Amino acid sequence: MIEVKNLVKQYGDHIAVDHLSFTVEKGQIYGFLGPNGAGKSTTMNIMTGYLSATEGEVLINGHNIFEEPEEAKKCIGYLPEQPPLYMDMTPLEYLYFVAELKKIPKADRAQMIADIMKLVKITDVCERLIRNLSKGYKQRVGLAQAIMGYPEIIILDEPTVGLDPKQIIEIRDLIKTLSEKHTVILSSHILSEVSAVCDYVMIIAHGKLVASDTPDNLSKLMLGSNVLDLTIKGNKTMIHEMVSALPDIDSMEVHDSAEPGCVDIVVKSPQNVDVREELFYKFSEAKCPIMMMKSSNMSLEEVFLELTTDKASTKQEKKKTFFKKKEEENKKEENKEEKESSNESNI
Amino acid sequence: MRAIYKKEFKSYFNSMMGYVFVAFLLVAVSIYFSGYNLGMGYPLLGITLSSVTFLFLILVPVLTMRSLSEEQKNKTDQLLYTSPVSVGEIVFGKYLALVSVFAIPMVVICFYPIIMDAYGTIDFGMAYVAIFGFFLLGCAYISVGLFISSITESQIIAAVISFSVLLFSYLMSGIAGFFSDTAITSLLAFTVLLLVFCLIYYIMAKNIIASCGVFVIGEVILVVLYFVKKTWFEGAIAKVLGTFDLTAASTNMIQNGILDITDIVFYLSIIGLFLFFTVQSIQKKRWS
Repeated sequence: MIEVKNLVKQYGDHIAVDHLSFTVEKGQIYGFLGPNGAGKSTTMNIMTGYLSATEGEVLINGHNIFEEPEEAKKCIGYLPEQPPLYMDMTPLEYLYFVAELKKIPKADRAQMIADIMKLVKITDVCERLIRNLSKGYKQRVGLAQAIMGYPEIIILDEPTVGLDPKQIIEIRDLIKTLSEKHTVILSSHILSEVSAVCDYVMIIAHGKLVASDTPDNLSKLMLGSNVLDLTIKGNKTMIHEMVSALPDIDSMEVHDSAEPGCVDIVVKSPQNVDVREELFYKFSEAKCPIMMMKSSNMSLEEVFLELTTDKASTKQEKKKTFFKKKEEENKKEENKEEKESSNESNI
Repeated sequence: MRAIYKKEFKSYFNSMMGYVFVAFLLVAVSIYFSGYNLGMGYPLLGITLSSVTFLFLILVPVLTMRSLSEEQKNKTDQLLYTSPVSVGEIVFGKYLALVSVFAIPMVVICFYPIIMDAYGTIDFGMAYVAIFGFFLLGCAYISVGLFISSITESQIIAAVISFSVLLFSYLMSGIAGFFSDTAITSLLAFTVLLLVFCLIYYIMAKNIIASCGVFVIGEVILVVLYFVKKTWFEGAIAKVLGTFDLTAASTNMIQNGILDITDIVFYLSIIGLFLFFTVQSIQKKRWS
């Protein structure tokens, strides 16, 4: 659907986008994740044909955005960071203007606008001036503009910024319904949003793609070990001794708990070992009741922080280890498939 | 293109701008009309119109200042440039909308010869050629204003620059007259112009070698030409400066009522040139 190849955007000496390449497949929600100034908006502006690139190319459904802009732009609906609204129009006038601008046949316009207004829930404010609408409604009018003409690809730049929690949930649901028929790309610096909505996450830092995978895989791949959080009633030093006596523990931390008479511990063990049973029996023998035990996955937030921290050297290493892990996993899967196929041939 | 034309045209009358422009131009023309043509009984509408051309210096910048700069400031240009419409169509749609707003008072002015006809004999041909010339001059000024509005995000800056440029062009015939006809004056004036050009080039490109090189080469060519073809330089500076004078070409039409095809071609090419510049300045913003 969208192919971005070796994209570079330079502003003077500053490189905003640095050799970025990725592809976007049909019918999924993609999330661009990155700290402020990572190059998310610039990338989106280039993909939609608003800015040009210093190097590289963008193919939208096979149309190069720089060479056949009109064909390519027909496939895209774009909501920029700041919704492009004319303050002296009403939403209705505005949407009629957008419909005509996007060359929607005159016969379909009224129906399409009514449908879209219903979809983004602005029907009851459509006669008011956009200037007088609240931020949330303005955002929705902007979203309606992006959906206009039902393009195959909808690109949203930080669609939920400045909305209240209820509106955020509504917009997220809307994005999910949109993804049934459209490919959606959204950018955000809010992690919970990306992990809640997106099927696929691309993390960008300093104009480079540092990681791209599903949210689950990202946290799994970065983790490398099992982590358990426990709250135990009992003596601190005794518990420390008990746990460190176990054979399969990589590391542990002990803190005082908020609950009186209890301690919080964090236990790390190798990925393939489950120490929960051992811990349970050990503590029950010592008559130290386990108040809470849960396995914690590394959250996307930590992945994000690790991948986007400023230290260039560690970043490079992280990136390497990340891709190495990914390769290993791919290899494992390949081996599995090979085995399966050989089994089949045996039969 | 139609969408942009309709939206722009409507937006001038959603705000005060369109009404103010139409009313102000009509009031000014009508005052001179009732003074010269009705009061003193001149049979020529051209006299009236040529006395109001100076008003373009104020009215055109006010009309054109927001056209493209406001879109940049409110980031609504992102919608326009990411929609399946080419930049040329966007600029042309905007230009047509501006010209349409300007055409409204012109339509009213078209009735003035008929009013004059009720009180005596007048030459309708001359009167309408004068109106046409006035209209063409306005259209050329508007294309300059549109171009300047594409350069900056600020409406005020756009208005001030447009005003200065139009004023410069308006005063040009007078400025050109200050220079004497001798060849050496032209040579000196061209040297100064070349120096200014190279300075601007240096400020923009920050390349001292290239700008000095351009100056030295240009100066050598000028001096060689001066000694080889001295006659070329006689009165040359006045001619060169005269080309910046947009109003001169309209005097034939407005004051004398003569429809000259070269004047029409001159204005159409000025309009085409500045619309082209506008498209280029928008494209440049995308590429830098």
